[in-house]
Amino acid sequence: MVSSDDIRDLLRDSGWLTVDASELSENDDLYAAGLTSHGSVNLMLALEERFDIEFPEQLLRRRTFESIGAIRGAVAGLLGGTAAA
Amino acid sequence: MQSGQTQAGHGATDDPQAAFRDALVAAGLLIPTGVDGLYGRSGVFEDVVERFNDLITRWGRDDGAEVMRFPPAVARHHFERSEYLKSFPQLAGTVHSFKGDERAHQTLLRRLEEGEEWTDGQMATNVVMTPAACYPIYPTIAERGPLGGDGALVDVYSYCFRHEPSLDPARMQLFRMREYVRVGTPDQVMDFRQSWLERGRALMDSLGVPLAVDVANDPFFGRAGRMLAANQRDQGLKFELLIPITSEEKPTACLSFNYHQDHFGLLWDIRTPDGAVAHTACVGFGMERVALALFRHHGFDVRAWPGSVRAALWG
Repeated sequence: MVSSDDIRDLLRDSGWLTVDASELSENDDLYAAGLTSHGSVNLMLALEERFDIEFPEQLLRRRTFESIGAIRGAVAGLLGGTAAA
Repeated sequence: MQSGQTQAGHGATDDPQAAFRDALVAAGLLIPTGVDGLYGRSGVFEDVVERFNDLITRWGRDDGAEVMRFPPAVARHHFERSEYLKSFPQLAGTVHSFKGDERAHQTLLRRLEEGEEWTDGQMATNVVMTPAACYPIYPTIAERGPLGGDGALVDVYSYCFRHEPSLDPARMQLFRMREYVRVGTPDQVMDFRQSWLERGRALMDSLGVPLAVDVANDPFFGRAGRMLAANQRDQGLKFELLIPITSEEKPTACLSFNYHQDHFGLLWDIRTPDGAVAHTACVGFGMERVALALFRHHGFDVRAWPGSVRAALWG
């Protein structure tokens, strides 16, 4: 199970964004919020560790990590469950 | 023949890359050293490189770039800050030297004499091989403070090192890269890259070689690297001008046109006059690769090259 707040917490503690992650909506563009290419790689690795998952090759793309909603969808898919709101 | 002394498991002459390399060696254009990707160049080869270098200068002259020439090494503290190790740890080359006392020297000589491992006693120096010609310019520009309204345009040329031994003569470990690097606002650097995409194609057309321009990615390391590569392609940040050299199916990147967005601007804190983080872009020319493409398509005898090509290079 993964919630948007789980992802917000991870983003807020990471220092990868230039804005406060608590104020981001589901669909806000994380790249516009300061996420860099290397930041998105670190985010990917942190999500794998936090949720004990491994992103397959086809998900290793910019779009997978573009918003909290997109991340929640991808992580939920890999956990095999449904995404919590 | 020296060229046959390649590393174990290689050297098959039916390999088109090895065959072309052997032909270049036999013609005296490349001088083998016994290490794949490390070659001397003949006078004829060097003349082609120099003439091509002059041709680039002529095509870029009106832009008034500031010329900077660095030795083929960067300061280790600059290299460490550049994040090169995040993306390409497999390609980097650090310079190590002996720093021991007389006793350690004796040990070194004994190990060498007895064919034992001796390099583990070598210590890192503050010198790292230049991975791309533009690397020394970012800290240099940053040191000057905020950019002027016109930003910066720099002309660099250097030998570069990448640790990727290969039979392919177009993949050398030490090769030369000429670059123009633009630093400024996103609009300034995108205009620069677009103009060089057009100019680069026209310049190479004048040399009568078959070419194509395509979107590309850098050889980022590992799984994280696959994501960086996908990001780079998705965003169209890198284009290459490709010329077939040892393969029609897999042509060789001879020029590249790179938009780094704010990567180097953020790393080095380079600012535009209004305080925004500067963006950067560069056009890079692989000097040996272009020379090899010319030898491949026009033959090993430069006196027999087409008149238009000779005119473009030798005037």
